[in-house]
Amino acid sequence: MERKGAREYTLWSIGLTVVLFFALMPVLWIVSLSLKTPATITEGSTFWERFIPQDITFDNYTTLFDGGISESPFIAPLINSILIASIATVIAIVLASFAAYAIARLQFPGKALILAGALAIAMFPPISTVGPLFDMWTSLGLYDTYPGLIIPYLTFSLPLAIYTLVAFFREIPWDLEQAAQVDGATPYQAFRKVIIPLAAPGVFTAAILVFIFCWNDFLFAISLTSSDASRTVPAALAFFTGDSQFTQPTGNIAAAAVLVTIPIIIFVLFFQRRIVAGLTAGAVKG
Amino acid sequence: MARGGAIKTSDRTRSERRLGWMLCAPAVGAMLLVTAYPIAYALVLSLQELDLRFPDEGGFVGLSNYESVLTSSLWWQDVFNTTFVTVVSVAIELTLGMILALVMYRAIFGRGLVRTAVLIPYGIITVVAAFSWFFAFNPDTGFVNQLPFIADDKAWFGERFSSLAVVIMAEVWKTTPFMGLLLLAGLVTIDDTLNEAAKVDGASAWQRFWKITVPLMKPAILVALLFRTLDAFRIFDSIFIMTGGAQDTESVSILGYNQLIERLNLGLGSAVSVLIFVCVLIIAFIFVKGFGVRMAEGRPGS
Repeated sequence: MERKGAREYTLWSIGLTVVLFFALMPVLWIVSLSLKTPATITEGSTFWERFIPQDITFDNYTTLFDGGISESPFIAPLINSILIASIATVIAIVLASFAAYAIARLQFPGKALILAGALAIAMFPPISTVGPLFDMWTSLGLYDTYPGLIIPYLTFSLPLAIYTLVAFFREIPWDLEQAAQVDGATPYQAFRKVIIPLAAPGVFTAAILVFIFCWNDFLFAISLTSSDASRTVPAALAFFTGDSQFTQPTGNIAAAAVLVTIPIIIFVLFFQRRIVAGLTAGAVKG
Repeated sequence: MARGGAIKTSDRTRSERRLGWMLCAPAVGAMLLVTAYPIAYALVLSLQELDLRFPDEGGFVGLSNYESVLTSSLWWQDVFNTTFVTVVSVAIELTLGMILALVMYRAIFGRGLVRTAVLIPYGIITVVAAFSWFFAFNPDTGFVNQLPFIADDKAWFGERFSSLAVVIMAEVWKTTPFMGLLLLAGLVTIDDTLNEAAKVDGASAWQRFWKITVPLMKPAILVALLFRTLDAFRIFDSIFIMTGGAQDTESVSILGYNQLIERLNLGLGSAVSVLIFVCVLIIAFIFVKGFGVRMAEGRPGS
């Protein structure tokens, strides 16, 4: 019995190490690249010499911010990314909460159709909308503006938000609202003190998932923007250029990549349980 | 009295309906505005000769854009690339995802640690991951060629299938965690007593896996497969970053992007868009009819 326990323990430790290594390796690698000096970035004849930076520098980070907002290739896209993803998330969550509340609590015809439609959109190829949106946005003056990206982002994240929220809202014991009113609370108090605290974790989880989705997008970002007015970081990264035409911007790309990965790592570290619950909320039920 | 009650309920039902529709209207409106309307518009555009570089030419040309696309070898090459990447990566993801799910299910310690670690590939920006892999495999900056059994000067992005292999690898790395988590969610719903009973009857772990776990998880597996297949079919970001479509590695989404945004040929590009949409419909149809995926039942709110 004890021997079997020891064997399982060893096997599990090995499995754990392998999973951790593969999951984190590309992240460690991009961090390593971002700390290398331009001279050493192509040097090293062994795996370790290449994987571990030999001379550490933070120049790749500081040069990203050189020249302030007008000159820096990174500051404006970073601000755009943060604002566009945040605004899209807030709007998507508000719209999805209304819809999810109705679907979870009310009886009305067309409910199944709405869910099926949302599911269809989750599977919809975004490239199929890029051309028409490009044309529409150009004539409406939305091309290369915040709304031009916010609108497709919130739409394509709505199915995810609605499904997550419906799954969470179905778990809420709504009777408590009435119970609180019987105990003398006003409807507003009952909603404020009972329902909001119960719904908040689900709403928060959906918001994280939607934010990650918007933060991640590349296709719309390169198709519907043309300048720093609204270009987000993933798109800006693809168009980074070196200081001169002879220098590769590898270090800068790596540094920018690390900076935009930090929010994701924070979300994952603090909210992993929620994210997993949200991702799998009712997604697979026998 | 009874009549009054009936009227009251029906009033109430009606107002509940109205509230339900009102609450759903903004979300439905937004979804229709950005998907249904554009796809209809794409259909219209695809029947015209519309090149924004030559705005004066053009007009209705019927199906000739479709003819141009479907008779070009580029389209079929890209369909092949996309299908190849989709099939290979989803097959690997399913296998690794299942192993990952079993590993997490049987976790002795550190389950939270594994979950946190695997969420990083899920959450990381695809473009960032693509750059990381690109620099890792690039002979100038990378470390892959310094690994044993790999030639120091192997040019991964100099040839079609080695480029696609790296693309697949990046894809597998990014999405296996999601697959693993979905499968784990299916795994925990299995009644453990079945496994125990089979164990008592002398079934090996391998037999139990194939005869009990897999059949019971079939619905979860199929839903996960469908979602990942459709997702993989849209592949764009990694190929754009790693090869830009060079060495014949274009995917259909890259082709659409090039026609629409790079060449501003909205007519031809829209035909590509509509054809991609049709491909997605075909894949969904195969899953629903062929494998009997009942998504509505597999999702909440059915």
